[in-house]
Amino acid sequence: MPTTAAGAGPQGMHRGASPAGVDGFSPDVPYAISGSVSVRPETFGALVYDFHTRRLSFLKTRLLVRVVETLADHPDVHGALEAAEVPAHQREQYLKALAGLAKAGTIQLRRQGDTTP
Amino acid sequence: MKLVEHFVEGLTSPICLTWELTYACNLSCVHCLSSSGRRDPNELSTDEAKAVIDELQRMQVFYVNIGGGEPTVRSDFWELLDYAIAHDVGVKFSTNGVKLDKARAAQLAATDYVDVQISLDGATAEVNDHVRGPGSYDTAIRAMENLHEAGFGQFKISVVVTRHNVDQLDEFKAIADRYGAQLRITRFRPSGRGADSWDELHPTREQQRQLYDWLVARGEDVLTGDSFFHLSAFGEELPGLNLCGAGRVVCLIDPVGDVYACPFAIHDQFLAGNVRSEGGFRTVWQDSELFAELRGPQSGGACTKCSHYDACQGGCMAAKFFTGLPLDGPDPECVLGNGERELAKLEMDTVIPKPSLDHSHRTSPRERAGGPVPLTLSVRRPDRACDSDPLAGEGTRLPAGIRVG
Repeated sequence: MPTTAAGAGPQGMHRGASPAGVDGFSPDVPYAISGSVSVRPETFGALVYDFHTRRLSFLKTRLLVRVVETLADHPDVHGALEAAEVPAHQREQYLKALAGLAKAGTIQLRRQGDTTP
Repeated sequence: MKLVEHFVEGLTSPICLTWELTYACNLSCVHCLSSSGRRDPNELSTDEAKAVIDELQRMQVFYVNIGGGEPTVRSDFWELLDYAIAHDVGVKFSTNGVKLDKARAAQLAATDYVDVQISLDGATAEVNDHVRGPGSYDTAIRAMENLHEAGFGQFKISVVVTRHNVDQLDEFKAIADRYGAQLRITRFRPSGRGADSWDELHPTREQQRQLYDWLVARGEDVLTGDSFFHLSAFGEELPGLNLCGAGRVVCLIDPVGDVYACPFAIHDQFLAGNVRSEGGFRTVWQDSELFAELRGPQSGGACTKCSHYDACQGGCMAAKFFTGLPLDGPDPECVLGNGERELAKLEMDTVIPKPSLDHSHRTSPRERAGGPVPLTLSVRRPDRACDSDPLAGEGTRLPAGIRVG
């Protein structure tokens, strides 16, 4: 069972995360949680399981969970970060974490016209 | 707080759990961790098993490792498999391959969210069958061929590392490559019948080192179930969770619905509750006193003074328990040899805990009435000079080199 940890915050593990803009991730376009992914809340954040790839990941802050869960409500990633009130000095870390999640397939590009899941 | 510290304190649901569906098995492997063989009349019914699956879905337990016994000999196995998958509980099941004919292999290849793990404990029939029984190597290989031909994709080959097969790791990898499978190797533990075969089968200290070196050099795409964390004391930490997850992130549901802290700890001392009790599995997981204790601060005993304690965390609870070592003592396979030293120090009256359950096949035929009665002479010396009860001290540790029977 492969596991990845999507980190956010200085204590975060950054295994598998790639910088924003790499691997096709762009914060200027709309994203959403992939259809095959389930999110289970935990005190630290959440467990994320992709039934398709059978990959288990961890969202390491509750704020990141909120961002991921509300991606679908916003026209781009910046909007979701803004609405979740992610502090400005942490934005870069969150974008890295989200790029990692996009690379792993946990979140994916939302086509225009897709409805909120 | 680091993620791993949250794991220590336990999660709202297990990350995954092992569910043994039946104690029935067509084999009698000498190291069976659950002493399986005969079905237990009290095993969960189909409806009760489905209720457990419903609960796991509500608790968002995303996948279960199903085992046994041999799970596929349950007549409702395929029904329960489909039910779990339909309820967002992914299944990985362990099997010796006995039921995986071409038709079942094709059925599995057409099923999403199922993973198959074939048990193999020798890369040759000779080594495998010594542990798993005559014909079991051929059965496993045939199942692998069937899965491969059916286009199942990457199934797992699961190997318990023993003294006899530790030299075959490269050959196991070659078998996995031949069938497009992934190799999984796990630690042999003195649980179930493994207690009886421990002295013969557990890897020697030199072999532990050999295994560690192999994992570091070749282990990149080899799964380990994070079971070798006690070897991390050799040097760099092995990938994965270097932590005992018992009652914290994993547990076991046995065929009669009893919930134990881990699959290797089938003993009353590690029994947290039963899924048939009020509140079901969720209440056991969240409220049991045993699990609360396992999630609390642990005493590492003398091990905490060791510079490698952060790496090995004192090792495996079940391995200590079933060799008679204290839970806050060293692992019997401590790579520094502390476990061996502690084992040597055990008094002859130390009671070695036995598994609480034994479903082994009764394979020895009864002696014919009137025939000779074989007597086993004990060479054990009495615990005390005045002991006259022939059973005095039965089940206690004997000085090295002395065996009964």
